Amino acid sequence: MMAIPTMGWLIGGVVALLLVASTIGFILSRRITSESGRDTVRNLNARIKAWWVMVAVFALAFVFGKAVTLLLFAFVSFYALREFLSLTPTHPSDHRAIAAAFYIFLPLQYWLIWIDWLSMLTILIPVYAFLLLPVLSLTKGVTGDYLSRIAKIQWGLMLAVFCISHAPALLILDLGGTPPIQLLFFLITVVQLSDVMQYVAGKLFGRTRIAPNVSPSKTVEGLVGGGLAATAVGAALWWITPFTPLQAAGMAAAIVVAGFLGGLVLSAVKRSLGAKDWGTMIEGHGGALDRLDSVTFAAPLFFHLVNYFFA
Amino acid sequence: MIGPLLIGATRFLVGGQGVWVGTAPSERQRIYFANHSSHLDTVILWAAMPPHLRRRTRPVAAADYWGKGRVQRHIALGVLNAVLIARQARGSDPLEPLKAALAAGDSLIFFPEGTRAAEPLPGPFKPGLYHLAKAFPQVELVPVFLDNLRRALPKGSLLPVPLSCVARFGAPIALGDGEAKPAFLARARDAVVALA
Repeated sequence: MMAIPTMGWLIGGVVALLLVASTIGFILSRRITSESGRDTVRNLNARIKAWWVMVAVFALAFVFGKAVTLLLFAFVSFYALREFLSLTPTHPSDHRAIAAAFYIFLPLQYWLIWIDWLSMLTILIPVYAFLLLPVLSLTKGVTGDYLSRIAKIQWGLMLAVFCISHAPALLILDLGGTPPIQLLFFLITVVQLSDVMQYVAGKLFGRTRIAPNVSPSKTVEGLVGGGLAATAVGAALWWITPFTPLQAAGMAAAIVVAGFLGGLVLSAVKRSLGAKDWGTMIEGHGGALDRLDSVTFAAPLFFHLVNYFFA
Repeated sequence: MIGPLLIGATRFLVGGQGVWVGTAPSERQRIYFANHSSHLDTVILWAAMPPHLRRRTRPVAAADYWGKGRVQRHIALGVLNAVLIARQARGSDPLEPLKAALAAGDSLIFFPEGTRAAEPLPGPFKPGLYHLAKAFPQVELVPVFLDNLRRALPKGSLLPVPLSCVARFGAPIALGDGEAKPAFLARARDAVVALA
């Protein structure tokens, strides 16, 4: 009999959990009748659906390896960037800069991960794209709103491509005996659990709003309750990482805090654009960026913490 | 073969979903008139239609662009089933092919500005829409606003970039009894602008 690798058990475990969650969600959708209750259940069920997609992506990535993982994340970046730039009004004269972002920098970033060029993948977008994009936007000679137009493209590329690519970039780290895909699993699990536990804890105990003008659903009680739960789960997953249980808790806490701040910042960006949801990619989910806002901040931080202390 | 590929590429790059604000998809004979800012407009509006309406809905395309190269010609005639018109026709009535298509019972996709505008809102409408409305009073006139296309493939660019575009369909308008040409054309343009 073939030994089942750790990732197989982890994915099987998540599938079992999701089966339970889907069943509960289905029962709740039948039982709950109040309007606000139905909204909450709908939101939870939408999240559960997205997690099924994520588990499927993980299973594919695990079975087919690095190339497929990078390809899948490249598509995620593509959709996130499309979503961001579609909502963000740029000018037709920015066409060349946008084309460079999509057709040059996005593939190049993931190609650098593929060939393990660590030093270049951390500077390609913050240095070279940062300097080249404003030049490309200038070629049509339109200076109206120039700074804000180019800043929007730079932000989109940073968040959707640079930040998100740091999640699969974990795969190139040499962690001694630990398969790096388990760290990717650790990151995504803690981020997603933190998101949903904060939402649930906020619904149950939420009283004190943290930033009522930015993200009305975020409360102190939700952050603390959800954050502690996600940190506890992260600590309990220490055995799939190179961390001790205490280090795993610390890493999970860092992911929770970064993810929370990412959600807050992207919510403010979205509001300044006058939109409620980022798009309609996954059913009922707003868009890809609504599910990935925490990842954009957590992934680079986690990547560099791991690289600095454990690789 | 090319048709599904074209739809697939359109959905992947720019989405191009139809949003039916003022009316629902219908088998009725219609002229869909829209703002024009990009070569993608024709394909997007066509792709935004439900498949069963696509077959009887023919885009009106300029012969000097869509009839020129082999690829454009094949897409225009073989896939989109376009009605080609000569923009600089001398002598003959340039609307003749459109009238023939309407008389045959087809619906049309029509860009009344006649050329692509560089600005977000459409320029003044040419009289073509008025003449068609007068000659075919039973045909519904549906305003459509195509959003974001001027960014996805602006005038003068060859490479479309992935930005979500939508086609918004408004409530049909009709030519009033004895309504003057300029008044009707202004009203038609306002109906498109209202969807922006």
